[in-house]
Amino acid sequence: MSEPLTCDVVVVGAGMVGAACALYATRAGLEVTVVDRGHVAGGTTGAGEGNLLVSDKAPGPELELALLSTRLWAREAREPGAAAEYEAKGGLVVAETPEALDRLREFAGTQRAAGVSADPVPADRLHDLEPRLAAGLAGAVHYPQDAQVMPALAAAHFLRASGARLLTGREVTRVLRAPDGTVRGVRTDRGDLHAPAVVNAAGTWGGELAERAGVFLPVLPRRGFVLVTEPLPPRIRHKVYAADYVADVASDSAALQTSPVVEGTAAGPVLIGASRERVGFDRSLSLPAVRALAAGATRLFPFLSRVRALRTYAGFRPYLPDHLPAIGPDPRAPGLFHACGHEGAGIGLATGTGLLIAQALTGRTPGLDLTPFRPDRFPCPAQEAAP
Amino acid sequence: MRTDLAVIGAGPAGLAAALAASARGVRVVLVDAAPEPGGQFYRQPAPGLRARHPEALHHQWRAWTRLRDGLAASPVRVLADHHVWCVERESGGLTVHALRGPEQERSVEVRAAAVLLATGGYETVLPFPGWTLPGVVTAGGAQAMLKGGLVVAGGTAVVAGTGPLLLPVATGLAAAGVRVAALVESADPRRLLRHAGALARKLPEGAGYAARLLRHGVPVLARHTVLRAHGGGTSRPGGAGRGGDRLTGVTVAALDGRGRVRSGTERLLPCDTLAVGHGMLPHTDLAEGLGCRLDGRRVAVDAEQRTDVPGVWAAGESTGVGGAALALAEGHIAGRSIAARLRGTAPDPGEWAPAAGVRARMRSVAAALESAWAPPARWTDRVTDDTVVCRCEEVTAGAVREALALGAGDTRTVKLLSRAGMGWCQGRMCGPAVAGLTGCEPTPSSSPFARPVPLGVLADGHRAHEDRTEEGPS
Amino acid sequence: MNPLERAGARPGPAFEVTFDGRPIEALPGRTVAAVLWAAGITSWRTTRGEGRPRGVFCGIGVCFDCLVTVNGRPGQRACLVPARPGDVIRTEEGTGRAH
Repeated sequence: MSEPLTCDVVVVGAGMVGAACALYATRAGLEVTVVDRGHVAGGTTGAGEGNLLVSDKAPGPELELALLSTRLWAREAREPGAAAEYEAKGGLVVAETPEALDRLREFAGTQRAAGVSADPVPADRLHDLEPRLAAGLAGAVHYPQDAQVMPALAAAHFLRASGARLLTGREVTRVLRAPDGTVRGVRTDRGDLHAPAVVNAAGTWGGELAERAGVFLPVLPRRGFVLVTEPLPPRIRHKVYAADYVADVASDSAALQTSPVVEGTAAGPVLIGASRERVGFDRSLSLPAVRALAAGATRLFPFLSRVRALRTYAGFRPYLPDHLPAIGPDPRAPGLFHACGHEGAGIGLATGTGLLIAQALTGRTPGLDLTPFRPDRFPCPAQEAAP
Repeated sequence: MRTDLAVIGAGPAGLAAALAASARGVRVVLVDAAPEPGGQFYRQPAPGLRARHPEALHHQWRAWTRLRDGLAASPVRVLADHHVWCVERESGGLTVHALRGPEQERSVEVRAAAVLLATGGYETVLPFPGWTLPGVVTAGGAQAMLKGGLVVAGGTAVVAGTGPLLLPVATGLAAAGVRVAALVESADPRRLLRHAGALARKLPEGAGYAARLLRHGVPVLARHTVLRAHGGGTSRPGGAGRGGDRLTGVTVAALDGRGRVRSGTERLLPCDTLAVGHGMLPHTDLAEGLGCRLDGRRVAVDAEQRTDVPGVWAAGESTGVGGAALALAEGHIAGRSIAARLRGTAPDPGEWAPAAGVRARMRSVAAALESAWAPPARWTDRVTDDTVVCRCEEVTAGAVREALALGAGDTRTVKLLSRAGMGWCQGRMCGPAVAGLTGCEPTPSSSPFARPVPLGVLADGHRAHEDRTEEGPS
Repeated sequence: MNPLERAGARPGPAFEVTFDGRPIEALPGRTVAAVLWAAGITSWRTTRGEGRPRGVFCGIGVCFDCLVTVNGRPGQRACLVPARPGDVIRTEEGTGRAH
């Protein structure tokens, strides 16, 4: 075994969240090593669309994190954001019926009260914003804070900008802990890395990494397909999706149902995604899921019917049972920090997560209350809790 | 449409399988993208050209006429000009989805109890400066245009690269009246001799080509490679062309024993056509979409040509590139196996012993050929940073190398960080080059769609199958 | 000897198509690519990045380099699509769709 490497922080995971943690931690003066069993952006980051959305979030801790992240993304827009095709294009959420529009406006009102810019767009002005939208839509809400980024490039350029040491193709087999329980580094299949702090940014594998540190974190995969079209000239200006509100009888509250997000990209193809299925780690093609994406997209943009899909890809969004990420120190293992479980929003929430982690690592007061994101909020299943 | 067996691909393997199965009472639908059966190997001139002597541009003509006549006499239903984009596993069997006609705007479904994947292969071309110039075509492409359209791109050609395909392409072009300035083969003839035992069956064929090359006065430059393709002028008579949009010549050079260019051997060969190829790769998209196990780049099959997915067989180049004789043998075995299995019985391999013998021999020949005609060592040294590698997205070798510096480490992350392989062809053309340049393990392109599909076709499918969709998008 | 003679072809009567407005003679059965090659034309697409000319490369529908606009429909593979009388064939620039 080679000489153990020493640094201030080991970040496990070279995806978008790990990259953002590395960037903000090095800016805070820490020496960081990023380790990944695969390669940069090889997991969920490489299978996402790059949605930086506030529009789809109801008031609450996730929206607060999204607003913080949005501000940070805008600050990084020049560099490294530009290299990652960052585009503050705005989102347009459309309603197909007057009833849906009423609910959408009501929802937008609550978001505005929480600090979101959300501007109602009447039906007769829709096509000024998005000329190729279908006819007959009831109206929309415009969200200028929604933005887009090419996620794999973003992770790579955040890592490069961080100057952190990058070790890929190395699997963390165990989080090393001293007899008093404090973290002192990680063991990998190619040697130990010594550090007083370890950040779990392992995405879908975050639950497995937590287990290798001896703590419980129930991260689960949710499969999402994305459809990619042939390259087109710029024809879709915003991130566009439809909102319907379906009454949830049990809770008497409204559950948000959205169509797939349709968006153009700097490189030319239109992205349509993502579907949502809880089917474990099954990557094989689901034609029904992909067909539903196409149906949703062509309903919003009829011209897409004759546009060809070149490919579709599946990715796994890591989620926790209450659909909030785990962010912050783990009281069960001093020195262990978590930054995972962002479900379909990890690219957008990465900057805020990275900043909060850097603040926690340097002992500063976090810019947001981390209580809702506490990693130890899930009770350990009884059989595992027994000694 | 419902049938017992859907055969995808009407080349040697698909035809042999369709005939063998049909002769044993199996209802067969044969689906193929071309307007006429034959595949690449037996590609026929378009009927409208009314060629009286198509055999003049072919070899193994008798094998083709047997298949053609057998097909005409059989009840096999042929769906020509049907472009399969996906094969779906469903509880009741398999569904083949194919786009119809040259427009490819409508999809049809063929439901079958069994599917044979006989999807053939396609050519690998490794990049070099100038390889995107019009006039540079794949060796197989030059041959396809010649056999199918009875047309050539120009008057003077160089045939280059490596592999057994170069010989028939050079003799074919010469026979069609093209001046073939040189056949440039990077392999060392001494390496071929080392495999003389396994190659013995191919040698008479090779000797025939050698005689024809001699007859047409085609110089053979062994252990040579094309360094660069040069462009100039315009490809459009009367058009205002910008500089360099048409091939005008290639620089070739000799290679030493370690694959390096021997200094002082560079020379310019003027030509308007370069037919270049570096071997073949199996088409595996449909197999991958079905979740079939691959063995390296080829579909893994057992002794009966079954894949590991129930109801799915594979034969021909998709299970390993080895030529028409191997494909015929594999197809025949697959057809007999399918006929027995669909009856619920185990086949008797003794019935196909002769075909199994051919299969064993031709597989060993193929293995020898593959090793003898490996791409030249150190070819990546000659790919300058400004050389386009991904033709679709115009990604240069420099950008591919930069992806490694950004932290990519396998073909997927190289693609994500460089866009190489994200375009129209989904990395089918640049895959081997990207793997070679980055040192990553070559992987299949792994797009679940075997070809582009209009979103309208997918959306119509959603409406037709809505009640079967368990979870809509959200 | 040219390939038509070599194969003893006796094609049906030629018909006309246009390429970028210029009339071109086409033989029945040939693909758009074969018709253009026979007319001495080897490029009919410019790339969307660098504006470089492209034409047939793989010749069997795999590489998509030969994309062309036929009768207003962009993104057709010239090596697969048969030419038909009166076809209006245009150089495909970039994505083949006007901005």
